[in-house]
Amino acid sequence: MHEMSLAEGIRRVIEDQARAHAFARVTCLRVEIGRFACVEKPALEFAFEVVMRGSPAENARLEMIDLPGRAICYDCTREVEIMARLDPCPLCGGGRLMPVAGEEMRIKDMEVI
Amino acid sequence: MCTVCGCGTGAEQGHSRSDAHGHSHDHAHGHGHDHSHGGLHFGHGPAGTEVPGMSQVRLIEIETDILAKNGVHAEANRARLAVLGAFAVNLVSSPGSGKTTLLCRTIEALGTHPLAVIEGDQQTSNDAERIRATGAQAVQVNTGKGCHLDGHMVGHAMDHLTLAPGGFLFIENVGNLVCPAAFDLGEDCKVAILSVTEGEDKPLKYPDMFTASRLALLNKVDLAPYCHADLDAYERNLRRVNPAIEVIRVSAATGAGMDIWLDWLRGSLARKAARTAAE
Repeated sequence: MHEMSLAEGIRRVIEDQARAHAFARVTCLRVEIGRFACVEKPALEFAFEVVMRGSPAENARLEMIDLPGRAICYDCTREVEIMARLDPCPLCGGGRLMPVAGEEMRIKDMEVI
Repeated sequence: MCTVCGCGTGAEQGHSRSDAHGHSHDHAHGHGHDHSHGGLHFGHGPAGTEVPGMSQVRLIEIETDILAKNGVHAEANRARLAVLGAFAVNLVSSPGSGKTTLLCRTIEALGTHPLAVIEGDQQTSNDAERIRATGAQAVQVNTGKGCHLDGHMVGHAMDHLTLAPGGFLFIENVGNLVCPAAFDLGEDCKVAILSVTEGEDKPLKYPDMFTASRLALLNKVDLAPYCHADLDAYERNLRRVNPAIEVIRVSAATGAGMDIWLDWLRGSLARKAARTAAE
């Protein structure tokens, strides 16, 4: 359940931004989640709703944008996009891939009023 | 949208934003509003009021990691360790892999080398007591319901320890193969402990932790014959999820492989010292 900690991280960022930009309420928050990130999306959605209570983002909509997973193939040394963590290399069929992108967990932007 | 100043007018409430970048996305805005009336209302916007020249809905670009705050704590810890030239290892594994026993044997084998231990568990101070029984200084962090240590907890734990220059800091994370992978503590590297009783496909089932680790200690190798463990299959699966991972086969119970692990630790510390001196 570290999605709870992630939601708390989001809340801290929102509260900092609320002070910096003087807004009252967040209506929509957009986060970018890499395909290999340690995030279970329904769990984050649940945690978000609970953790945002009493914050400027209470009842805000949470939009999650998927970012692709990329890996270096240690067999053909090329960078490839893969859908699942244990997929073989789509170019050479090799099974030794090191992820280079797709672990992102980033707050992209938010709509505020 | 008002074409003069870009603000959202009352008639377009909820639609317009002051963002300058061109992404498009659908708004499911549920306001009902009546287009048949003659006047322009500026008080119907989401803010319920109108500020001239200002859209009622604004878009703020953030582009910040969700765990940015944790990252700040972790970097502060890393800076403290760098000043001391201390090498910090974040020991991660599932519960019952033998982390604490391995750590006790490691401490005994390191003899008088300065070191300190941070123990993470949801409850009890059993592990810190076991470490202190070896003569080493240890502080217990109880995470309560938490499933991992974070940078903030480790920073406070470091305040309770006397870290000597050129020493080791061992951080024994909460036994959990999932969440601790995502939380930087400021350590030099993660070391995963995988015991041969857990099943050869453990790295495939929980790839993130093994991908995040520099070294895997394949522990309890003395039990391999009793549980028909295929040690080569363990290594193959570790390298499948992390082609760069180093693997050392050890048994904390018999001492097998412990000398290689100790050499690895001392070598890592020496390389960090050399890197720091070169900077």
